[in-house]
This record gives sequence, structure tokens and C-alpha cells, in this order.
Amino acid sequence: MSLSVRIIPCLDVTDGRVVKGVNFADLVDAGDPVEMASLYGREGADELTFLDISASVAGRETTLDVVRKTAEQVFIPLTVGGGIRTVDDVDRLLRAGADKVSINTAALARPELIAEIADRFGSQVLVLSVDARRARTDSGFEVTTHGGRESAGVDALAWVEKACALGVGEILLNSMDADGTRAGYDIGMITAVRAVSRVPLIASGGAGSLEDFAAALDAGADALLAASVFHFGVHRIGDVKKYLSGHNYSVRNAPTS
Amino acid sequence: MIVILDYGSGNLRSAQRAFETSGRQVVITSDYDVALNADGLVVPGVGAFAACMKGLTDIRGDHLVRERISLKRPTLGICVGMQILFARGVEHGDHKGVGVWDATVEELDAPILPHMGWNTVQADPASHLFKGIEQESFYFVHSYAVKKKVGALSTMAHHGEDFLAAVEDGAIAATQFHPEKSGDAGLALIRNWVSGL
Repeated sequence: MSLSVRIIPCLDVTDGRVVKGVNFADLVDAGDPVEMASLYGREGADELTFLDISASVAGRETTLDVVRKTAEQVFIPLTVGGGIRTVDDVDRLLRAGADKVSINTAALARPELIAEIADRFGSQVLVLSVDARRARTDSGFEVTTHGGRESAGVDALAWVEKACALGVGEILLNSMDADGTRAGYDIGMITAVRAVSRVPLIASGGAGSLEDFAAALDAGADALLAASVFHFGVHRIGDVKKYLSGHNYSVRNAPTS
Repeated sequence: MIVILDYGSGNLRSAQRAFETSGRQVVITSDYDVALNADGLVVPGVGAFAACMKGLTDIRGDHLVRERISLKRPTLGICVGMQILFARGVEHGDHKGVGVWDATVEELDAPILPHMGWNTVQADPASHLFKGIEQESFYFVHSYAVKKKVGALSTMAHHGEDFLAAVEDGAIAATQFHPEKSGDAGLALIRNWVSGL
């Protein structure tokens, strides 16, 4: 046996509630992130990611509370991203029960933040979230901000190489072209990022069919993150694991029936 | 009572809750005497070897671990809390550890590091910790490990090369993975450890 592929559902949270509705009949409160996290844990999620999209300080405080409650009930790794600007922000989240944090905009604005976090807590807590799209840059991929609407003026592969040198422990690669399309992950982008990095790579954006998950793994992804296909019950986590297991990928707790 | 040793290391709250699922009272403290007298002591740990070792020695945790071993009181190291029990670590320089076992913690030779995620182990049929969960996967997050067997009973795992995933050696045990983050299998391992207290 070898290291299993990780399947990671992502929940967008604002002011303590899950947004982008979740469509499961067996939930008492589909907007409660703690209950959603717990359900995904029972369904076989290998990790969970919360993306805090709160706009206010009060909203971020509420997120700490959500992290606390989740970490007390769900005994799998929890990554939290969104709004992290400083080493102290990271410290608060880890103390609340997060195992990893993901940073994005703040690292683009001040890359030294990567080294500061890695030096204090170790690279293993730090996920670099890269929102990238196809563009006429050196590599053909550029980093975007504001949910993919604006160019950050940075080549995506150059940014990944720099961030790895500064000490990120993992890369979450979001294709802004594929995001929400359910037309498949951007395979070319995954292949290109894999070629310039040796930290684990999480593919995100575009998951639709079961074949899409396998294609991202073939391109070099170590883990697969998805939101809407899980939230709307297009696929259950067990379906993805059963499919991958049936195609000789190593997965944890694949359903046998 | 179980003590989770607080020496400035990361996410202790979820470790506390995971060990509480065993039904025991679990206290997070850095108090030497409370930790010495606990039925079971858990030494967690995240971050770099040297920083972790410094945090441990600052609260005389190295003496604490040795004293508990000599008194045959159960002690469990987790992740970097396992690594610092060895004689030596070579992460960012050459550093001394507690020295329970004579081995060096070295970087894994693997194409992708950290070794991050769920992996199986090669559990020995005689293992108490892995009883009933021999075939399960556990959550690992590390780039460094010991690459040989030590102590009474070693459990190996593989990432790029074979490495030490767990040790059971009399009163002291250790896991390179995080049982508190390994779902139901991790909670079962914790129950196995607690049943031996």
C-alpha cells in the first residue's frame, strides 16, 4: 500500500454559516458548518477545508468559534483559509483547532509572510492557495486576485517556485477558468505546477464527472478539493472513492458494496 | 487521569478531545509533578525538531520523560513529540534529542515532501497499539523520520522508503502519525493505548 489520495470537501463560511447552499436531505441545518463538517467526516472525507469569506472582524471571530466546535467533534485534519494577514492570525486559528492554514492575497502582497509562518509553526501548517488562469505570461498561467477577476501581474509558475523556496508545505491550485464549470480540472495547469514543485499538490476547480478526479491525479495531483459537486449531492465522497479504488488508485475507506 | 504536555506546541485542544473519547479525564498542563503522576502522559509536537526540543527542555520535559520511563509510567510521543525522543535530529542543523532510543531523525528520501496524508502501516501481529486496526490508514504530516527499527516492537510504514511509524517499548510508545487526526482508526488506537494504563 502507499499514501492515499485525499478527497477534500471545501465549505465557504461567512459569519458562522455555510454559503453556496448545501443540498442534503439528511441535515437538520444545512447552513451549520459544524454539522456539515461532521457529515463529511462520517462520509469519508480525508480532510476538511473552511474558506472564511466574512467581510467583518465580528465574522472572523465567529469563524474561530466554528473552528473550535468542529475540531472538538471531527477528528480529521482541518485547514482554514481566508483573511489571514499575520503570524498572529495563524496562531489564533491553530489554537482554535485548525491544523493548517491557507494563505493567498496576503502572501502576494508580502511574500516574506510565508517564511515568517513557516519559521514559527513549520511548513506543514502552511498551504499556499493559488488562484490561477490561462494568460499570456511566460508559462501561460497567471495568478489572479478578487476571485479571478483581476490579474495579480505575477506568473503562476514563478510564484509557485518562489513560494516553495520560502517554505510553503503544500499548494492548493485553483483554476479560475474551470471553477464552477464542472467541465473538469485544468489538467495542463496541474501538470505544469507539478513539474516545478515537490510539495503536495491539491487540485481545485472544475470537478464534474468521476473521470475528472482520476484525470487530475494522473496529471500529478496528490489531493482533490471540490465544493459544489459534494454540496449538491452530484457525487457523494464514497462514490468518488469507490470509483478511484476501482481504477487502482490508493484511497482510504473505499466503500466495498 | 491523562496529561497532554503543554510546551508551546500547536493544536492541543483537538488532542485533548480525542483522548477524552476514551472516557478518561484529560488535562493540558506543563506542570512537572502533575505530568509525572498522571496515569498516562502524551507528548505532542509540531514544527521543527530543535524548536520543539527547546520547548520541551524549557519545562524540564526531557527529565520528565526519563523519570516516567524509569518509573515504568506510560508515555506516548506523537509526531515531532516522537522524533525528539531519539538521540539526534538533523533538521536545520545537528540537534540532540531526549535520547530514549539511539537513532537519528533524518529527511525522508521521497519525491514529494512533506509526507502528508493517510497511509497504511506494517503492523506486527504482537502490537497492542494496532490491535484490531492493523489494516487501517493513519494521518501523517512530516518530512523527517527514523529509518530503522528500535525498541521492543517497531511498526514501519513506507513513503519513498521504509520509516518508523510507531514504537512500543515497555512503558514508552510513540507514533509518527497523528492518532488524534486519524478518524475512527486513530480513536481506536488511542483506546488501545488507554486500555494499557
